[in-house]
Amino acid sequence: MSLREAVRVAVQALVANRLRSVLTTLGVLIGVMSVVLLVAIGQGARTEITGAIEGLGSNLLFVLPGDGDFGAGPARSRFVVDDVADIERELPAPDDRVAGYTVGAESLQADGERVNATVFAVTASYPRVLDRTVARGQTISESDVVTSRRTAVIGAATAEALFAGQDPIGRNLTIGGIRFRIAGVLERIGGSGSPFGPDQDRVVLVPVTTGQRLFGTDRLDAIFVRAASTASVEADRATVDRVLGQRLDEDEFSVISQDEIIGVVGDILQILTLVLGAIAGISLLVGGVGVSNIMLVSVSERTREIGLRKALGARTRDITTQFLLEATALTVIGGAIGLGLGVAGAHLVATFAPVPAVVTWWSVALALGTSLAVGLVFGVLPARRAGRLDPVEALRHD
Amino acid sequence: MSAVLLEADRVERVYRIGRDVEVRALTDVSFRVERGDYVAIVGTSGSGKSTLLNLLGALDRPTSGEVRYDGRDVRVMDDAELALLRNRRIGFVFQSFHLLPRLTALDNVILPLTYRPGSRGDRRRRAQAALTAVGLADRLGHRPSELSGGQQQRVAIARALVTEPALILADEPTGNLDTRTGEEIMALLEALHDEQGTALVVITHEAEIAARARVRIELRDGRMVGGGPA
Ligand SMILES: Nc1ncnc2c1ncn2[C@@H]1O[C@H](COP(=O)(O)OP(=O)(O)O)[C@@H](O)[C@H]1O
Ligand SMILES: [Mg+2]
Repeated sequence: MSLREAVRVAVQALVANRLRSVLTTLGVLIGVMSVVLLVAIGQGARTEITGAIEGLGSNLLFVLPGDGDFGAGPARSRFVVDDVADIERELPAPDDRVAGYTVGAESLQADGERVNATVFAVTASYPRVLDRTVARGQTISESDVVTSRRTAVIGAATAEALFAGQDPIGRNLTIGGIRFRIAGVLERIGGSGSPFGPDQDRVVLVPVTTGQRLFGTDRLDAIFVRAASTASVEADRATVDRVLGQRLDEDEFSVISQDEIIGVVGDILQILTLVLGAIAGISLLVGGVGVSNIMLVSVSERTREIGLRKALGARTRDITTQFLLEATALTVIGGAIGLGLGVAGAHLVATFAPVPAVVTWWSVALALGTSLAVGLVFGVLPARRAGRLDPVEALRHD
Repeated sequence: MSAVLLEADRVERVYRIGRDVEVRALTDVSFRVERGDYVAIVGTSGSGKSTLLNLLGALDRPTSGEVRYDGRDVRVMDDAELALLRNRRIGFVFQSFHLLPRLTALDNVILPLTYRPGSRGDRRRRAQAALTAVGLADRLGHRPSELSGGQQQRVAIARALVTEPALILADEPTGNLDTRTGEEIMALLEALHDEQGTALVVITHEAEIAARARVRIELRDGRMVGGGPA
């Protein structure tokens, strides 16, 4: 039997059992759809997070409490505001290259509106180091910090939420029950923000000294150092190590470059993506078992047909091919529809959810390849059983 | 080319049921079918008629002895050779028709042609001609469930003759039909045999039919009794 004829026969048989074919296909369909969708979400998260880290500005060094072993959990910070100036002084060409901050979640109130926001208590250098500029008004100044002034710079989204189009500059804002004066509004960064960190358009910046009093601490959560160029990253890292090492123990702080963070975070998210894909792959496997199961039922139901075909001149190979084609037709059709739904789902997620989703070519190739392979692998057993049937026995079957 | 189409030579068929139980369905059966021959196989139920016909049709292999087509033993043929033999030389007609219910009469007749090379259009034409020859030119698109028993058996005969086989093997082709329809079916098979020179081996209970055959083989408990030219 020619392959074309065999495909015709397979499709005919599937159409004859429409409902069953659709239901069997569903397993593979859902499997492929979840592989494509979950991998897309995993990849999207990776792109988003590494992008967010890169978006902090280039050539950044992160000075974090603890010995840099993320697995050990958050360490207690021993950084103080003076460390920022100490480091800055030792760097070549000091030019607002070091910033420190401590962070807290507070409720804001202004104009009768009430929102929650992440409040960053920052040194005056913070906006420059992190590439934030004010769209209107003024940023936090050195004198604000020195005098612990109750002044605040707010994100564009927060400004909108609280003042709805009115000019917030000079207005009052209550943070955690204490009144601040709004000095400036930050330039909008845009995007939906990342679910993995605060939305940068919703933050509130206050002078570090004022904020420390508000949060009841004299520490900084972390320090950022902006290297002059990619080439000077390592030299600056050594400087930071030397300066902080005079005051702190080796395991009380660590200096990590932006590339290192992107590398580590990227690796973690890549593993997450693979784990998600593997979990979805299990459902694909279950779909494959379903196909195998239904094909066995089909072989048993069509025993007489198989016997007849053999009597009319079908070789074992013709019968095997026919059932293998039926199985792969089921899985490939399911796979193709699942792929379409997975891609559509990824777009839907990207549009409506804070989690972005990126469909990668390899997940598409994997999904289609796997559904074909599932059809072949799980079709082989029923197909071989069909091919081996003895024609006399098969014709007597009822 | 010799006149001998097929030879059964001391054929024996033993069915094994379970570990120790054996059923001896055929013992020492030998005869020849010549080209254009007409052979009737008779015997009581369980006497081994169907077993013998399956062996002749290369659907089954003898436990010992040989079934030879053109001098070649069926037992040494591999799967592909057997398939080719069934497709090229033999046409089967069964008591229970064995039509595929989801296919139309035309597609049922096309079925054996799909196992040989050829275009779809050519297959359709040949199947149409075969159905016309059995008097069903106006039933091409009907499914088996829309046909009477006699019509279904006619479709089955069309399916057997569409490949222009040297031999038609019919296992009680009238067994599921009333007497009148059965006679019509037999007349059709005999006409085919007469006009196209197709050899005909038919299992039957009808003494009349057996009387018309050139050779009458009677089985009793798997052994031939009497036999030879009628
Ligand atoms: N597949 C089989 N397994 C076991 N015994 C069988 C099988 N086929 C036929 N037989 C036995 O072989 C004998 C001959 O059967 P069969 O050829 O069908 O007889 P007939 O067609 O003359 O009625 C019977 O006793 C039957 O029970
Ligand atoms: Mg019988």
